[in-house]
This record gives sequence, structure tokens and C-alpha cells, in this order.
Amino acid sequence: MAFHKINVTINDDLEQVVVPSNMTLMHMLRESLALTGTKNGCSAGECGACTVLLNGEPVNSCMVLAVECDGAKIVTVEGLAGKKQLDPIQEAIVQEGGVQCGFCTPGILISSHALLKRNPNPSEDEIREALVGNLCRCTGYVRIIESVKVAARMQSVTT
Amino acid sequence: MAKTDRQDIPSPIGENSPRIDAREKVTGAAIYADDIQFGNSLLHARIKRSPHPHALIKKIDTTKASALPGVKAVVTGEDFPGYIGLYLRDRYIFCRGRVRYVGDPVAGVAAISEEIAEKALELIEVEYEILEPVLDPEFGASPKAPLLHPDLGQYAVVNFIFPQAGTNISNHFKIRKGDVDSAWEKCAAIIERKYRIPQIQHVPIEPHVATAKVDETGEITLWVSSQSPFAQRNLIAESMGISQSKVRVIAPYVGGGFGSKAGVSMEALVVAIATKVKGHPVKLLLTREEEFYTAFVRQGLVAYFKMGCDENGRLLAMENKFYWDGGAYTEYGVNITRASGYSSSGPYEVPNVRTDSYCVYTNHPVTGPMRGFGMPEMHAGLEQCIDELALKIGMDAVEFRKLNCLKTGSTLVTGSKMHATGLSDCIKKTAEAINWGTKAPPSAPNKRRGKGLAIMWKAPAMPPNAGSSAWVELAEDGTVNVGVGGQELGQGVFTVMAQMAAGALGVPYESVRIATPVDTRYSPYEWQTVASRLTWSMGNAVANAAKDAKRQILDTVAEAWEETPEDLNIVNGVVISYKSEREIPLKNLVVYGLPKPGDQGWRGGPVVGRGKFMPAYVTGLDPETGQGERAVVHYTTGAQAVELEVDLDTGRIEIIKGVSTFDVGKAINPEMVKAQMEGGFVQGMSSALFEILQLKDGFVRNPSFVDYRIATSADTPRELQAYIVEVPQDDGPWGARGIGEHSMVPTIPAIANAIYDAVGVRLEGPPFTAEKVYLAMLDAGIVK
Ligand code: FES
Ligand code: FES
Repeated sequence: MAFHKINVTINDDLEQVVVPSNMTLMHMLRESLALTGTKNGCSAGECGACTVLLNGEPVNSCMVLAVECDGAKIVTVEGLAGKKQLDPIQEAIVQEGGVQCGFCTPGILISSHALLKRNPNPSEDEIREALVGNLCRCTGYVRIIESVKVAARMQSVTT
Repeated sequence: MAKTDRQDIPSPIGENSPRIDAREKVTGAAIYADDIQFGNSLLHARIKRSPHPHALIKKIDTTKASALPGVKAVVTGEDFPGYIGLYLRDRYIFCRGRVRYVGDPVAGVAAISEEIAEKALELIEVEYEILEPVLDPEFGASPKAPLLHPDLGQYAVVNFIFPQAGTNISNHFKIRKGDVDSAWEKCAAIIERKYRIPQIQHVPIEPHVATAKVDETGEITLWVSSQSPFAQRNLIAESMGISQSKVRVIAPYVGGGFGSKAGVSMEALVVAIATKVKGHPVKLLLTREEEFYTAFVRQGLVAYFKMGCDENGRLLAMENKFYWDGGAYTEYGVNITRASGYSSSGPYEVPNVRTDSYCVYTNHPVTGPMRGFGMPEMHAGLEQCIDELALKIGMDAVEFRKLNCLKTGSTLVTGSKMHATGLSDCIKKTAEAINWGTKAPPSAPNKRRGKGLAIMWKAPAMPPNAGSSAWVELAEDGTVNVGVGGQELGQGVFTVMAQMAAGALGVPYESVRIATPVDTRYSPYEWQTVASRLTWSMGNAVANAAKDAKRQILDTVAEAWEETPEDLNIVNGVVISYKSEREIPLKNLVVYGLPKPGDQGWRGGPVVGRGKFMPAYVTGLDPETGQGERAVVHYTTGAQAVELEVDLDTGRIEIIKGVSTFDVGKAINPEMVKAQMEGGFVQGMSSALFEILQLKDGFVRNPSFVDYRIATSADTPRELQAYIVEVPQDDGPWGARGIGEHSMVPTIPAIANAIYDAVGVRLEGPPFTAEKVYLAMLDAGIVK
């Protein structure tokens, strides 16, 4: 098995990691860096629990090879909050009760955060569409969808 | 404050306290079982599984696998002769002599990487002699079927389960109430129907994961995603013939359970493997594929209903036959058969009932508890029959239900009396919210609109003496630490326990913590986190522990102030006297006690309150008639309604609106109660519209999220309403009873009744996929 030394910026920290060729970004985060906020729900690109931002775009990190991330910028759930306060979508999920078991939550947060970045004022349909790859078995999505709407409003007040 | 107010419902009971675990969960800080870091000594386990639904194991050769570099241990059933199981011990940890489903564990490997463990599995050679499988529960119950458990008569079993030795029936529950045979002739309308409910899976987004380590002295530690740390300690110890105190189970947050992580299943495999590599933690993480057919699945059901009413619409008789597809092992599932038996009248008063509920072994995946514990499956058919019977006698379906549903004091199918219930209110509220009796026009000419309603009841299904315990201790700063053994699965129980401790003790919600993770070494005993029993049972234990702590504190202060404890109270973390109007904050006093005047010593000291709860009043049922004084602790009741549209061109169903109303006794946290109703509704909707384990010759053909579809954000109804009815439970904390499971019980029949209302077709069972609905409409001549 070949190993590679890669440089990645994760949540604003530059990391140098040695990864085997077949290691996924999800495994690198969870096993090599102990950033376990990113969850493994299927390892097959089907549940969205492992969603992270790769150069600003939400991706299923279980479907990305770590070596491909050389030079990339990654944001995980651990990097969403600012030093002092939560990101609006985190705040909204807490406030609206959009979390139950919490296992889908990191992925939901990253997908919603990315949606709100590219579309600060999404419609109900756009929210449903943006979260379709993030399975949640607990909440029935109602309060998650509501949280995204609330976060959009919070953002428009602060910016 | 007037003295009489002291017993009123204290803050924050009934308030929407923020979830205690929310911040941890949105920042990625919350730890789940797979997040624990074990370092380089960690080994990875994989399981060699049976490729046959039914076969004898002739030979297992593990020599090549053991010789593979990186492999540390290979185990088979040879080394683990003990049976394991909750109600009926019918299962070995690894198969011995016979495999009974595709996926049955035959051998286990521990290696330095998952890849090597996987490779080793291929090197294990197993010779099988293939046997005829049983693939249908009705056939399985017949004398023609091959026997799957020839030793059924010898298995250890609890005294309320009745296995039929020499058959595949692992439990037969009977109701014989009144005189059904002569009741039929008094009926003005009778409906007879058959339904088939398929196996589905819980699909927690977190797959099962367990890591076990055995030290040199044989002490076992298990870190696991678990609803049942204490039951797992007990069942694993019993099966391995060791003391319970040698098994320590540590259970962090659970990423969804829905029953699949209750009892014991894959956890025993990894413990068994770990005994062969002492000192090494060994992790087993199920793949999503394994999750679909080797973890518990929900039982399949073939149900026959016959019911009749008089000309006024009063239910006179019911005759039900349930064939539960229990799969290869029914150690837990046998009790689903019993629960559906003692609830087989549905939430109705019916004078004459005959029920036969059979748990049948088949060569299908192992079934176990799933949210609702048999009730969604049973109500699916029963509540459609009620609609049909109402139609036949010419009554409105809601009026029919109001007339026949259980009221406070009604006689139950088991002969006992119904406790106080708000079921009628639930029906009324639900019907109002869905605008029952009015019909809105469809959104397009090729669509048809319909409404449907269904009601339910469900009791916690558990042994009569399932217990809870709790402790409450206070720190120097007056903050409160609550020890519990029940688990946070997402249902919000830690939040509710913190509210109860705060309310019973008299401190602010914010100053309460829950002692996590649950660890059987120091957490207090809890039977299992199942049956929607924690708010009620563990809640009582926590409230009792908090009251005990409060009594200790007030005794100390009363002595110091030379007053009586009855004149004192704790409000907002401060001890106050109604008599002298003195005050002292809990800080310091709860650890160091209080000095006696004149430097004459101290009184009081560290405060630790303890509490427990165990129902003492549940009696047995007569094995021949199913009659008895009090079969269960209580029933939560409720109703759901839906409004939907059927697309005539495609058969596709869109749920426009859903309404849920449940009588929860007392909502400790109303928003979280509503969140349960919403989540349950969507899970129920998902099971009604999409979900089925496609079984062919014993193989699950769709073990992935691509082929097994669950509801997504795009499917969830745009309007979902939830209403709370509160008729207090006499022995619930502040009157509370459970709600977790109930919210998905009536969803399938509510949707089925709405489909009928829209297009006039009924299907034999879910899922009501576009294809099935379209074909049914074609058959009925509704579309051409
Ligand atoms: S774990 Fe990556 S999509 Fe499921
Ligand atoms: S909160 Fe449990 S899966 Fe979404």
C-alpha cells in the first residue's frame, strides 16, 4: 500500500497527514485526526452523515479519497462555530429542536450552511431539495426545515 | 407563597426547557460509541455469515484464516456453548450445528485491520448440508413445515411465554372472552379481512457498533451503542456463565435505536471474540448492508380479522388470528406476540373476543422490538376493518370510533378496567383539525383527494417487574448531578429527567446535569430503554431520588434553624422558611453541612438522594383465556388523521397534511412531545409508503439505502400538526406516561383509509407504492 503526505487546511488549521492511497476523507478525519463530529452512517455515499465542506462545496466525505484533498480546504462540523458564538444554523437547530439523536446533525448542519451561503433566502422547496441527501430517521425533518428558515432570518439580521 | 401551592406542578415541569444535549450535538462534541479512540492496540472484527437460509453445519475449517498474517483470533460456536436471549433463550452467540437465516454468524475474526479480517473470512471453509427452509409464517405454523428448533421444548423461558414444543410456534397467546360463536348471529354487519405486513428495518442512521476488551482476569468492558446496557450485562454474563459483575457496559449517546439496539444481538459476538485476544479492544461495526439483515428487523405479520357490530354500530365480536413471522430466533420477539394478543381488540370495548396470536419461526432475518412493538402492524389491518365496518352499517367512521372506543372504566379485552383516558378527546381534536366531513378539491384534475383517520392504544410491553433507579447528588456550587441507567436515543429523556430532578428538588433547570455516559459500573440500574417507559418509570425514580435529597437537605436546615421541615422548602436553589422567612442557598450546605453555633461541631454533610420505581401490581394472565386482573401498567392512546392526494396517472401518493393527538398524561416538555409525534408520523408514513425488506428465498434483496428507501426531506408533509391531551396517569410522575412509540402506530391505517376515501381501493398491505396503488386502481377500473 502506498502512502502519501498531504497538506490540508481543516477548520482553519493547516495539517500535514500521511494517508494510505485507499483512505477516505471521512476516515482521515475520524481516525487520523480524531475529528469525530463527522459521522459514518453508510460509507457508501447514501446517507449524508459524513458531509463536510471541501473547498466550500458540501461532499460526502466517505466518497472522497484523502489523497485528493492535498492542498484543499475542509470545514467539518467542529469548524462551523466562531470562537464566541455558534453559526446561525447551529443556533437555529438548538432553538427549534431540529436535533434528536444527533447522528445526522453534523451532515444536516454542513448541507444547510452551504445552502445558506449560496442562497441566503431559500424557499421551502429549495431547503427540502438541499437536504434530500441527508437522511434523518428521528425528526421527520419538520423542525430541521424550520431551523433553516430561522437561520436565514438570523443571518439577514446580522449581515 | 401560600403553603397549599407547594404541591402544585413546579417549574420546569410542563415547560419547554432547551434540550440538555443540543449544544454538544450541534458542535460535533457529542461522543457516540464509534467515536471513542482506542489507540493502536485496537483490533477489528468481521463476521463469517451463513449464505443459506437453513442448513446443517457439517464442518468448519479455520486453519487457513488463522494462519493469515495480521489475524489475531478466529472463533466459532465451538467455544461458546451457552444460549442467549431475553424472554426465550433460543440462540447461540455463534451458530452451533445449524444455521437458520442468511447472515447467521458462523465464525468471527479479529485482525489488525478490517481489510485483513475481511480477507480471513474468505479463508474460512464451511461445509453445509442444505435443508428445506420455512419462508412463510402460516406454513411455518402448520404440521407440514420442517422443524427449525427441535430443542424448543428445552429452552429456558419466562413464565408468560408459551412455546409449543415439536412445532415452530415459539409463543401462542390466546384470548377467550365472552362467547364469540353465538355473537355473530346478533351482528347486523360483519367484516372479514386478511392483511400482510412486510418486514421492515429500523434504519438508525448510526449503525450498530460495539468494542469489547477482556483483561487478564477475565473482566469484560463493552463500549456500545445500546438501548440496554444492563440487559446486555445480564444476558452476556448468563450466556457465558460468568458473574454479572465481570461485565461492564459503557454506553454513550445512541445515534438512533427504535428498538434495534435493545436486548442483545451483535454485542455478544464481539465480546466472544475479545475473550480470545485478552488486553486488546476489539471493534465490530456493522456495515449498512449487515444492518439491513443481520440486526433485528421488524416482524412480518399475516393477520386475519373478523369483526361485527349490531345495527346501532356497537361492536359485538372480534375474532383475530395473527401469524407473526418471527424469523430465525424469537428470543425477544415472542413478547410481541403476547403484546399484540392482549391488545388485540384495538382501543375498543368489545364483549366477545377470540384471539390466537402465534410467533412462528421462519428462515428469515431475526426479528425483534421495533418502535410500536407489534402495534403498528396489528393496527394497520384492524383500523381499516373498523372503517369498513362503519361503512357497512352506514355510520361515519369517526362517529363509529367515538361510540366504541375505550373510555375510563371500560372493560378491556383482558377483563380488567381501563384507567383514566382521554382517547375520545384525541379523536375529537384530530377530526376537527383535519376538518373531518369536508372535502377540498384536488390540486389538479388528474388527482383525487381523501382523508383518513385511525386510533390506537399501546402499553409498555415488559416483564411485570421491570425496574428503574436513580441517584441525585449535589456539588459545592449547588449544581445537581443525576445518575440514571436509561439511555438518550434522541427521544429527549435526559432533558426530561433533568426537568424532573429540577422540579422535584426545587433548583433551576440550568443547574442540573445528567451523569453520562451510562456505565453499568456506577450508573443506577435500569431494565432497558424501550417500551416508551422511561418518562414514566425512570421519571418516578428520578423524582423519588430528588425528593429524598430534598428531605435530607430540609432535615439539616430545620435542625439548624430549630424549625420543622414542613415549614421549609427549596425554591430556585435556595432553602426558605415560610415561617421565619429565613433563606440559605444550597451552595456549600449540600457538601459541607452547617456549623453548629459556638463552634460546637457540624450537622448534615454531602447529599445523595436515591430513588427507585418498580410496578408491583402487574398480574399474570390465564394462559387459556388471556384474562387477568391487570396485564399491563397502562395504555397510551391517541389518534392520527391524514389528508392526501393520489395521482391517477402514476398512483403516487402525496401526504398533504398530517394530524396527531395523543393522551400523554402530562407533557413534561410539550415541544419535545410534539417532536416525537412528528418524527413518529414521518417514520410511520415512510413504512406506509416506501419500506419493505424484499425477501426472496430467505435473501434480503435490497440491503442498501438505494434499494430500501426511507422518507427524505422531500417526502415530509408540508403541514404536520400535533396536539396534546392530558388525562393524568395515576402513578406517573406529575401524571406523565410515554409517547415515543405511539406516534407511528396509527399512521399506516390512517393513510390506507385516506387512500380508500380518495380512490376507493384497498391493498393487502403496505408499502402503498405508486406502482401498487396504480395497479389496484387499474384492477378496480378507476383508471384505464
Ligand atoms: S457515510 Fe458518507 S454518505 Fe453515508
Ligand atoms: S436526529 Fe437522529 S437521525 Fe436525525
